[in-house]
Amino acid sequence: MVNHIDLSSVLKRSVCALYSNLVTRPTGAAVRTEIELQLGQLGPKALTIIDFSHVGALDFSCADEIVAKLLLSSIANPERQDVYFVFRGMTDSHLDAIETVLERHGLALVYDRGVDGVRLFGDIDPAGREAWQAVFNCGGGPADEIAAAVGIPCEEAHALLEDLRHRRLLMRTEEGYVAVRPVS
Amino acid sequence: MTTLIDVPPSLDDKSFEQVLDQLAPLPPDEKIIVDARRTRWASPYGLTALLTLAQSRADRPGFYPTEIENTGSYWARANFYKHAEEVYEFHGKAHRTPPHRESDVLLEITPIVQSGDVHNVVERIQKKAQEILTGKLNLDSSSTMRFTMALSEACQNIIEHAGCGGWVAVQTYRWQQRLNGRKVVVIAVCDAGVGFRQSLESSPARRLRDRWNDAIALEEAVLNGVSRFPDVGRGQGFAGIRRFVGHWDGKLSVRSGTARIVASVPDWDSDETAREEGLPLFPGAQLQITIPERIA
Repeated sequence: MVNHIDLSSVLKRSVCALYSNLVTRPTGAAVRTEIELQLGQLGPKALTIIDFSHVGALDFSCADEIVAKLLLSSIANPERQDVYFVFRGMTDSHLDAIETVLERHGLALVYDRGVDGVRLFGDIDPAGREAWQAVFNCGGGPADEIAAAVGIPCEEAHALLEDLRHRRLLMRTEEGYVAVRPVS
Repeated sequence: MTTLIDVPPSLDDKSFEQVLDQLAPLPPDEKIIVDARRTRWASPYGLTALLTLAQSRADRPGFYPTEIENTGSYWARANFYKHAEEVYEFHGKAHRTPPHRESDVLLEITPIVQSGDVHNVVERIQKKAQEILTGKLNLDSSSTMRFTMALSEACQNIIEHAGCGGWVAVQTYRWQQRLNGRKVVVIAVCDAGVGFRQSLESSPARRLRDRWNDAIALEEAVLNGVSRFPDVGRGQGFAGIRRFVGHWDGKLSVRSGTARIVASVPDWDSDETAREEGLPLFPGAQLQITIPERIA
């Protein structure tokens, strides 16, 4: 199931209809709570698009409360091991704040840049990035195929892919690993 | 007995120390009158610090407003008198705001007590900030959101750490003393709360150190991102402010208790000191962000 969350609408609904900026920690916490409520209604398997398109400013406190804590709680919650996120609509200033909090927590996310494609963003080492990109490019597959595509031993590829899956950047299916990506 | 505290003719973050020098020997309950009659100019820091000063006194101080017409008019437009009348006992008449006057006040002095105040500040300032930053300071358009972000984080510092309300003001002006008259935009955020040292001391996770004072507390919070909260996500606000300030060749200075630090001293302010200790005690925290006009 694919769910779309327009953060600006969530902000107006959960905090104040007049606000257009995601600032302050209480606001971030309120917005995250609303998102968590929506996630709770989706069931154990879901892909959620988090859309920043209509958000004005985003400060570090809100980025921490919304992006970092949302990812952290998903990773920590075994009932949400098949809940995935794609983030889109971020401006450079949004990315500044998000990058800082992701690095602080050792997190990464799938960033949909529209016509510029999809990439990982945040705290991700080159080997993990390359493995994810290989899965993305080939449309998915088992660990040995990804290992061959990247040119690394199968065991190493398996460890990398499992780490990416744990971080909710890859899904695991019966056929192997599939990159989290926006679904049109 | 009442002591007259003389406000310098030009009041900014540096010259405000002269005010604090006069206050230092006085007990907190000593009756004072703050005399700004000769003051012809005050920065946002100067005005918000004057309000903070009043909050820090046990007895409501007296206040002589400036006698200089243009200055008084500006202070009225900046909402200084509106708030000063709540914390000072006025001697003499304050100027009233002239209607519909163009102003270089980007954000009038605004009290910050709760997070909704930060929202209101951010919502109010955005359009005008865009005009000033791109139109007058020649910064690129992406600076507006980062400026807003820095402003938000600076204001939240009051709510999360001061333990009481504070003040924020933003203004743009030509800086004649430095930068050869280039324009600057200045954010001042002042409170009379507990200050960084006491705020960090309240953390159960605080590492005990051999040396501990206001300067070290400031460095921990401002430079090292240490927060009184145990959550690893805390303490990122100052890192963000520093990055914004560094990108635009600006300056971030923070004073708390008896110390003051400048996060990174810009080339255009080589007289500045990175760390000052043993200053006259002033409660709370006083922060100033200065972003200069960009020249090709």
